[in-house]
Amino acid sequence: MKANGTVFKYGDNVDTDVIIPARYLNSSDPAELATHCMEDIDKDFVNKVKKGDIIVADKNFGCGSSREHAPLAIKAAGVSCVIAETFARIFYRNAINIGLPIIECPEASKGIESGDEVEVDFDSGVITNKTKGTSFKGQPFPEFMQKLIASGGLVNYINDKNR
Amino acid sequence: MGMTMTQKILAAHAGLDYVEAGQLIEADLDLVLGNDITSPVAIHEMDKMTVDTVFNKDKVALVMDHFIPNKDIKSAEHCKCVREFACKHDITNYFDVGEMGIEHALLPEKGLTVAGDVVIGADSHTCTYGALGAFSTGVGSTDMAAGMATGKAWFKVPSAIKFNLTGKPSKWVSGKDVILHIIGMIGVDGARYKSMEFTGEGVANLSMDDRFTIANMAIEAGGKNGIFPVDEKAAAYMKEHSKREYKVYEADADAVYDEEYTIDLSQLKPTVAFPHLPENTKTIDEITEDVVIDQSVIGSCTNGRIDDLRIAAEILKGRKVKKGVRCIVIPATQAIYLQAMEEGLLKIFIEAGAVVSTPTCGPCLGGYMGILAEGERCISTTNRNFVGRMGHVKSEVYLASPAVAAASAVTGKISAPSELGL
Repeated sequence: MKANGTVFKYGDNVDTDVIIPARYLNSSDPAELATHCMEDIDKDFVNKVKKGDIIVADKNFGCGSSREHAPLAIKAAGVSCVIAETFARIFYRNAINIGLPIIECPEASKGIESGDEVEVDFDSGVITNKTKGTSFKGQPFPEFMQKLIASGGLVNYINDKNR
Repeated sequence: MGMTMTQKILAAHAGLDYVEAGQLIEADLDLVLGNDITSPVAIHEMDKMTVDTVFNKDKVALVMDHFIPNKDIKSAEHCKCVREFACKHDITNYFDVGEMGIEHALLPEKGLTVAGDVVIGADSHTCTYGALGAFSTGVGSTDMAAGMATGKAWFKVPSAIKFNLTGKPSKWVSGKDVILHIIGMIGVDGARYKSMEFTGEGVANLSMDDRFTIANMAIEAGGKNGIFPVDEKAAAYMKEHSKREYKVYEADADAVYDEEYTIDLSQLKPTVAFPHLPENTKTIDEITEDVVIDQSVIGSCTNGRIDDLRIAAEILKGRKVKKGVRCIVIPATQAIYLQAMEEGLLKIFIEAGAVVSTPTCGPCLGGYMGILAEGERCISTTNRNFVGRMGHVKSEVYLASPAVAAASAVTGKISAPSELGL
C-alpha cells in the first residue's frame, strides 16, 4: 500500500480547532466537514487539495479537543497520509480508528516542504521526497493497521473480522 | 519498581497485579461519556457494529451541553439523534435541557464519577475527574462507540510527571493560576501521553473546585490524565454527592516519574495565557501594556463552579461592568445556577451589568452565546485560546481565572483584583 501526493506543510501545534472549527460541528457529515478542513490556518487548502495529497507538520499535530471530526475532515478532503514530528494522543488514536494513515517521523517533517511530491510506502515505512530526491525511514504499518485502513476504520475492521 | 497512582488504577481494571509504562492493556470501564457533538458520530459507528445495545445502561452518560438549547436546526438534529438513542437503549444518565450541566461539572456533582474509577469520554476535558482520584481521559467518538458496546477500552499505560505542591495560594490566586503556571512551564506538549500526578502538602490548601480546574486542563499540556490523591476534602465531596463506593489508590513510594517539579503555591501570582496557545503565559505583573478587552466570559467546564462564581461576585459586587464590555456569566450546572441564585450571586452579576446564561459550553468553543468579531479580544475563564477558538480567525482569547476575568470586566482591560483596591 502506498500514498502519493503533493505536500501541504504546517508548523507546530496545529490544533483541532483550526483543522475543523467548532462553528461547523453542528454537522457530522464527513463530506460537509471536508469543505471547511484547515479553514482557520489555511483558507486555500480546500481549493487546492487533490485526492492523495499529504499533510506534513512539526510537533504536536492535532492537539486540543477530542473531536473525531478533525481526522474525518482531513480524510474526506482526500488526504492520503499525515506525517508529523509528533502527534497529540487523542488525534493519533482517532486517526487510526477512522482509518486515516499517520506516521511520526521527525526527519521527514524537517526534510519536506510545501509543494514537494512525496511517496509513502506503508509496508516498509519509507517516505520518499521525490522533489528533493531524499528519503526517510518511518515506522512500517503493522499488518492489522493496513487492514484497518483498507476496511475504512476500526468498526468496519472488527465487523469484517467477525464476518 | 513501584507503580504510579494512575498505573495502579489501570492495573486493577485490567485484572493485573502490575503494569508498567508503555504496556498495552485492556481495561474495564466504569463510565463512558459523550456529548451532543461527539455522541452522534459514536452512535453512527455503533449502529454499524453487530451489537444490540450498550454494555450497561447505568454506565453510559450522555450530556447535551455544547450547542443546547439547540442553537440551530443542525444542532437540533444532533440532539434529536442522541435523545432517540438514549430512549431506545433506556440510558439512565441521559441529561437534556432542564437537567443538564456542562458535562465535567455535572458528572462529579451527580456522583457518577468517584475515586478509583476508569472513565473515558468523547470530550478532551474528561480528564477533570482526576480531581477525585479517578483515571479519566478523553477519547474520540469511535472509542466511545466501542466503549459503549463492550465496556472496555485499550490503553497504553502512561508514564508520569510528578508535581509536588507546597504552600498556600494567596487571596486572588486559584486553581486556574496553578495550572496556567504549569502549562507555561512545561508547554502544550510537555506532558504529551503522560499522567500528571499532583501531590504534596499544598494539595490540602486547594478546594475541590480548584482541583477540578487543574485536572481539567491536563489535556492543555498534552496529558493523558491529571490526578490528585484522595484526602479528607475529596472524601467529603464524594460522600456528599455520591452513593457509590469509592476506592483509594496511592502511588507506591518507589514509583518512577519521568520528571518531578516542586511548586510553592504561595509564590504564584494571577496568571494569564496570551493568544494563541495556553503556554503563552504571563503573570499579571508582567503585563506592562494595557490589554483592552471587548468581552469577559466567566464559566465553562474549567471555571463555572460555585467557588468560581463566588470569587467573581466578590469582585463584581457594588461595581459595574465597563461600558462597551460584554460580561457573560455561565453557571456550569442547574444546581450551581440555583445555588448562585440562593446566595444572591446572580443579583450581583445582573446589577453589575453582566448577563447570566443557562449552562452551556457555547462561547468557549465559538459555538454561540458570545462569538467574537474580527479584531475583538476576550478575557475568558475557559481553557483554549487557539486561533479562531471563540469566533473570528482574527479575534483573540486571553485565558485567566474568574478573579482576573471579573476585575477585567470592570476596568475594561486585563487587570488584577488589586487594581480595584481589593
